[in-house]
Amino acid sequence: MSTLARTPALAERLGITDGRGRAMWVLGLCLAYFATLLLAAAFMGDAGLSTDFPNKKLAPCFEFPFGTDWLGRDMLVRTVKGLCRSLGIGLLAATVSSVVSAALGTLSATMGKRTDAVVTTLIDLVMATPHLVLLILVSFACGGGATGVIIAVAVSHWTRLARIIRAEILQLKQAEFVMVSRKLGRSPWWIARRHMLPHIAPQFTIGLILLFPHAILHSAGLTFLGFGLSPHNPSIGILLSESMRHISTGYWWLAILPGLSLLVTVKLFDVLGNSLRVITDPKTSQE
Amino acid sequence: MHAISASFCMAKIGRLVLILSLVSTLAFTLVSLSPVDPVSAYIGIDRMQISTEQEQRIIERWGLDRPAPERFLIWAGNVLRGDLGQSMIFNEPVTTVIGKRFVTSLWLMASAWLLSGVLGFVLGVVAGTNRGSPADRVIRLYSYTLASTPSFWMGLVLLAVFSVSLGLTPICCATPPGVSPDDATLWQRLHHLILPAATLSLIGVAQIALHTREKTIDAMNSEYALFAFAQGESRAGVAWRHAVRNVALPAVTLQFASLGELFGGSVLAEQVFSYPGLGKATVEAGIRGDVPLLLGITLFSALFVFTGNLVADILYGVLDPRIRIGTEEAK
Repeated sequence: MSTLARTPALAERLGITDGRGRAMWVLGLCLAYFATLLLAAAFMGDAGLSTDFPNKKLAPCFEFPFGTDWLGRDMLVRTVKGLCRSLGIGLLAATVSSVVSAALGTLSATMGKRTDAVVTTLIDLVMATPHLVLLILVSFACGGGATGVIIAVAVSHWTRLARIIRAEILQLKQAEFVMVSRKLGRSPWWIARRHMLPHIAPQFTIGLILLFPHAILHSAGLTFLGFGLSPHNPSIGILLSESMRHISTGYWWLAILPGLSLLVTVKLFDVLGNSLRVITDPKTSQE
Repeated sequence: MHAISASFCMAKIGRLVLILSLVSTLAFTLVSLSPVDPVSAYIGIDRMQISTEQEQRIIERWGLDRPAPERFLIWAGNVLRGDLGQSMIFNEPVTTVIGKRFVTSLWLMASAWLLSGVLGFVLGVVAGTNRGSPADRVIRLYSYTLASTPSFWMGLVLLAVFSVSLGLTPICCATPPGVSPDDATLWQRLHHLILPAATLSLIGVAQIALHTREKTIDAMNSEYALFAFAQGESRAGVAWRHAVRNVALPAVTLQFASLGELFGGSVLAEQVFSYPGLGKATVEAGIRGDVPLLLGITLFSALFVFTGNLVADILYGVLDPRIRIGTEEAK
């Protein structure tokens, strides 16, 4: 009886009864996962990356949870390192993309009609070709390599967020509290800092986090197609494209497990972004 | 057909010209920035075996000795006359390569487009009608998970399960080995199409299902639905007789507007299944430095995306009575 009575109190103290509390927990778990991944990559060492012929082509077992490849390299080590590399590339590209989108979105909304027309045409231009074709073009222009992949992903992902920021600022400019503030003689800089930034900042942060999944998936896809990144530095795209040559002979674990861990990682970024939205959005405080 | 007025056509044609000229300028600039030497890319391993004179002859024949702006003008002039140049890796005019490859890809894209559209729509309506039910939860979980799934990995999984373990489907290509596309029977073609189309459809379902679900929930909470409920109509009846009609149009237009993603997906799927379509040609052109083909495909894909958006626009104007009558009244 006493445990039953205490359970709801415990649940309440842990904060899992309301939406925000749950979101906090989810957020913490996601961050813990990413931290574990980074620590694992740092402490693993390069032992698993060297060739080890006696242990080649092993199916997943206790000693090698992800199996080994045709050179006897430990797939778990390669997957963790590859994930970190893919995460790094995605992070870098998404950050660059979000800075570009913030700059262009703000310019477009504040610098008058002509700038706005130029920026919106630029957005239409980037969206005019299929995303992947643009990625291939840019990566070709950079001559392939890791830099090519990063630049390609960075210059092609800013359009959506730029549109969101532009629309948000345009809306804020017409908001009553901004109009009143202007009539009261506040400087544009003061209005931007006190009235606009608190609205834009959460949108921007969440937009940035929700860019990661796209950036990571696209950089993995581009690498998978054979653009950039050498086989010596494994990234998930490379692992998967290598596995394609061995999948017809039955080595399923080479493809399934690295891909699955990429899926989980990308999904967790998505969950992270959405939890953050629940926590920061005032509209959901009562759920 | 009132929505398609003369001014609408002019505006769209102007838009198309603007977009295509911007895309070609951007694409040409990018390609000429590339440090990849087209001659080396063309010759490959035999690079050491040709003399400087031969190299000079190739450079002259391709006009690579002239500055980039001049080359762009020549290329653009040829494009306006319908000549996209000669593909280096296929040794055929680019237009022929694109035409042939696109027909092969069209089978794949069309079947994936239809399948994902129909399946996604049905799932979306089911989820939206029974909001909060186990079916809705499953469909939502599926769609959100699929949204973070790399499509090429999905293809690899299907390949490992159905082709390698079960041996039900072929491992690669569009036709059995040794059979040319013209001789292949319809069944053989379909057999090779199943897995790539399934890969694209499984991924494509997510977006359309989530979108349709939202719209169905709105429709089920609308006043006309409430009125139908008050008259004693069942949930399924309201969904079938009232909600579906209102939800169908946005779903169809969304499907047309996402042709760009379909194209990108087919590039990855064709790579996994070695399906000799336009997507595979894009990758080969990018990796082996076939500049004319890459430019041609870029232009073609921009046209493809534009057509999809145009159809979406027209459908909205023609099929939706609210917008149609609205524009008529505005006149």
